Order: sequence, then structure tokens, then C-alpha cells
Amino acid sequence: MHQILILARKEFRSYFDSPVAYVVITLFLLIAGWQFSTALFLSNTADLRSLFNMQRFILLFFIPALSMRLISEEKRLGTIELLMTLPIKDWQLVLGKFLAAYLLVAITIFLTLIHYITISILGEPDLGAAVGGYLGIILIVGVYLSIGIFTSSLTQNQIVAFIVAFVIIFTLFILRSVIVFFPGFIASILEYLSIDYHFDNIARGVIDSRDLIYYFSMMFLFLFLTVQSLESRKWK
Amino acid sequence: MISLRNLTKYYGLTLAVDDISFDVEKGTVVGFLGPNGAGKTTTVRIITGYLAATSGSVLVDNLNIETESLEVRKKIGYLPENSPIYLDMNVLDYIKFMQSMRWEEGIINGRRIEEVIEICGLGDVLQKNNGELSKGYRQRVGLAQALIHDPEILILDEPTAGLDPNQIIEIRNLIRKLGSQKTIILCSHILPEVEATCNRVLIISRGKIVADGSPTQLQASFEGKGILTLQIKNNLDTFSEKITSVPGIERIISSEPVSDNLVEMHVETVKGTDPRENVFRLCMETDSVLMEMKRVETSLEDIFRELTQKE
Repeated sequence: MHQILILARKEFRSYFDSPVAYVVITLFLLIAGWQFSTALFLSNTADLRSLFNMQRFILLFFIPALSMRLISEEKRLGTIELLMTLPIKDWQLVLGKFLAAYLLVAITIFLTLIHYITISILGEPDLGAAVGGYLGIILIVGVYLSIGIFTSSLTQNQIVAFIVAFVIIFTLFILRSVIVFFPGFIASILEYLSIDYHFDNIARGVIDSRDLIYYFSMMFLFLFLTVQSLESRKWK
Repeated sequence: MISLRNLTKYYGLTLAVDDISFDVEKGTVVGFLGPNGAGKTTTVRIITGYLAATSGSVLVDNLNIETESLEVRKKIGYLPENSPIYLDMNVLDYIKFMQSMRWEEGIINGRRIEEVIEICGLGDVLQKNNGELSKGYRQRVGLAQALIHDPEILILDEPTAGLDPNQIIEIRNLIRKLGSQKTIILCSHILPEVEATCNRVLIISRGKIVADGSPTQLQASFEGKGILTLQIKNNLDTFSEKITSVPGIERIISSEPVSDNLVEMHVETVKGTDPRENVFRLCMETDSVLMEMKRVETSLEDIFRELTQKE
């Protein structure tokens, strides 16, 4: 267990050894803040909906950017061989890296709480919707990250990892907009797979176990696939 | 300590390791010698648990590497080929990180870190970034990482690749020093390295073990025809005529006059004989003067080349 945390700490720190984390966090906050304030003055209501909508969209790009190097870089440097001959299990490695990236994104997202403070000075925002919105975003980040870490384990090229992760995440993202083209039966499956559909429920402040199960099973699925992809080196 | 039984590894359809079996006793330094692509790295990757064998088994200290992989990994210190390290960490942080990743009750300690820094001579570069290190230092950092938990077994894959001659000698001395306390498997394609550091040599070629023994044993069992270099003065014609009939002499390879009355000859000797005495007697018989006589043995290098180049 401690090894997971040690690895997570090392990964978290290494984000700040390069400009990546600074650039990504700054950009994220700038774009989110700009979009939020524009929408605020247009709609003139004290809610965070525009902020959450914007975040979901920006995260499409930012999560793959933060996750692309997690494993691909180890493969490129060859350090994966060192890591995987240490007395720790493959899933512990994956989890350690996942947690590090998760923590970084979570901190970034909670920095946008400043907007909530702003609007609570101006008006009376719905606390339930804000809590639900943040919870939903954090869960979405988990799913995006697990996809990102999975694609990062497939290649030693960060760019490839980024693009593949983006394609998968984008597909899940737009799923809901395309269901009108499908017959009812398939449409309901696609709707269930759509990240947005579950987010809307949670963002309304309704925390339903079905939505939570969706997010957690997606995270589990892609983390599981990541472990399998790492263990594929041992296939006979 | 380590025992391999019928180890076979296919990469897809390519056979990389072909039914290898051998044992390594505690406290020996085994040189795993073979040309590039012979299957050395694959074999050690299986022992360290990075890859899995297609068939066959490996026991380390009577622990099966597949079912008790984590226990086995605790016993092994591993320096992979090219010494991969995180380029954005500094040396001290990296060593600390690798130690804490192997954290176990009682093993995490600063004293060991200091010891390893001392052994590997890293005192001057502790605050440097791994990315700025020269290849020699990089290799030493890799070694420090492999030694950090004071493992019983050390597996070094081409530890001197890309180093300059002075660094090579340093690393070899280090390996020899460590060899007195640990079981070491050293992969190399460089013969003198194995000759200088190991007390047992395994030559591997195309995934098969083709020779196994101490450097001297190998030399003895594979000793081919030796060569005598002679410098003879006076009565050259009679001497050349009779030399081929001397017991133990196979044929004259070359004969070149050095000056008017002096000739240098290379003669091949029959396998396993030493006809120097006979040559000396022949000189007395023909009244020639023996100015020089030198016997050249088949070197380990010749053996290596012969074994690994056979089609």
C-alpha cells in the first residue's frame, strides 16, 4: 500500500518538474474563468451550470494531455523494466499513477471554487446543484483519466496516447448527441454509455447509485484494461 | 541459488531461448556470454520476472518465479540493458525513491544509501539531474539502484556498454569486489570482461547454451591446434625438411626469412600436444640455432568465435 502512495507522490512531483502542469492548470483556469464570467453576465443568474458545461468540454483535451506520459514515457525510457521488476504488483503501479494524476486534476478543479464564492456574494446559488456538479465533474475526471492511462499503456509515443485517448473520450462525450439517429433499443444502450447523461442526473443534485455505478465501473474497466495491457508482456 | 529447467521463450514465432537448463550456485559470478541477439537479455528478463517463459521453470532460492514472483524480486537487484533511469530526477532523489519502492520493515535506511553512494562512487553527483549524467555515471546510478536493498543476487545486463576504458575497468573492479559476497549474473558480449570478472562462463548462441565452465576449463576443453613461432639460424634447409616429421608438428604455416641466415616460421601443432621439446632436439640434431620459440594457445576469444559463428 505504501508503495502506491510513494509512486503517486513521485508522479505528482514530476508533473511540476516540467512546465506541463503549470501550463495546463493555468490554461484550464483561464478558459474556465473566462467562459464562466461571460456566461454570468449574459444569463444574469447565480448558478454554476455554465462553468460545469465548460469544464466538461475543456477536460476533453486537458485530461489526455496530463495522462499521456504516465506509462508511455516509462516505456520510452525503459524504466518500465525497473518498475515492473520491483516487488510490487502491476495494479499497484497503475493505481499509484492514476492517483497522482487524479490529485492534480482535482486540485485544479477545486481552484474554480472561487467562482462559487463570487456568485454566492452576488446572489444565492443552489448549494445542492454546486455539490452535485463538482461531484459529477470529479467522477468524469476519473473516467477520462482511466481512459488516458489506458491509452498511455498501449504505446511509447505520448502523442499517440493523447490522440487515442481523445478519440475514445470524445466518442463517449458526443454519444448523447447522436442517439437520435438510432432506434430505441440501441439508443437506450448508447444513452447509458454516455457520460453526459449520468452527469446531468448528478448535477441536478440527484445522487443515484446507478450513475455512481456507471462512473466507477467505467474507471474500473479502463484501469483493469491498463493492467492487462501491462501484463500482456507476460503472455506466452 | 538459481536454477533454470528447460526454459523456452518464443516471441510470436521467433524462438529466442531454446530449452536452456543450468544452475547457479551461491556466491559465483556467472558470465552470460553471447553475441547480440543470442537470448541473454530475454533469459535475464525471465529470471527477474519482467517476461514470462513460454515453457520451463525457474527457481530462485527454491521459490518459483511465477507463483512467488514478489518474493523472488526482493532477492534480486537488476540493472537492465542501457541502465534506464528517470531523467528528470536528481541522483539522490532517485536512489531514495528506488529504495522506498522496495520499502520493507528494516530495509529503509539512510545508512544503506550512504553505503551504496560510497560503493558506486556517486558522492560528487548527488545533486545533479539524472539527465545530465555521463554514461559512466548513469551506469553507476543504475548499479546503485540495483544494490540499494543489498540483494543476494545481482543481475547486470551489459554493465559496461558504452563506457570508456577507464570506466570499464572501474566497473569491472566493482563487480569483482561485489562478487565476493553476492551471486552475480553478468550479461556481456565482450570476452575480456567475462574473463576478467567471472568464475564461470556460459556461452549462449541462438538461444542455446553451447559451452559452460570456468574460463580455464573452457580453454582446456576447447583447445584447438596451437601455433609455434620459431626463429631458426643455420642449416635452414635441413631443418625445414625435417620439422614436419617431428612428432606433434602438423605442418608449416609460413616461413619468412628475417635476414640472410635467419628465418621465422609458424608451425601448427597437433591438438593437445606440446612439441617444444622435440623441436629443441631437432635443432641439436640439425645443428641449427634456436633463436626464439613461442607457443600461442587458442584464446577464449577463438573459442567464442568458433562456438557462436557455427551455422
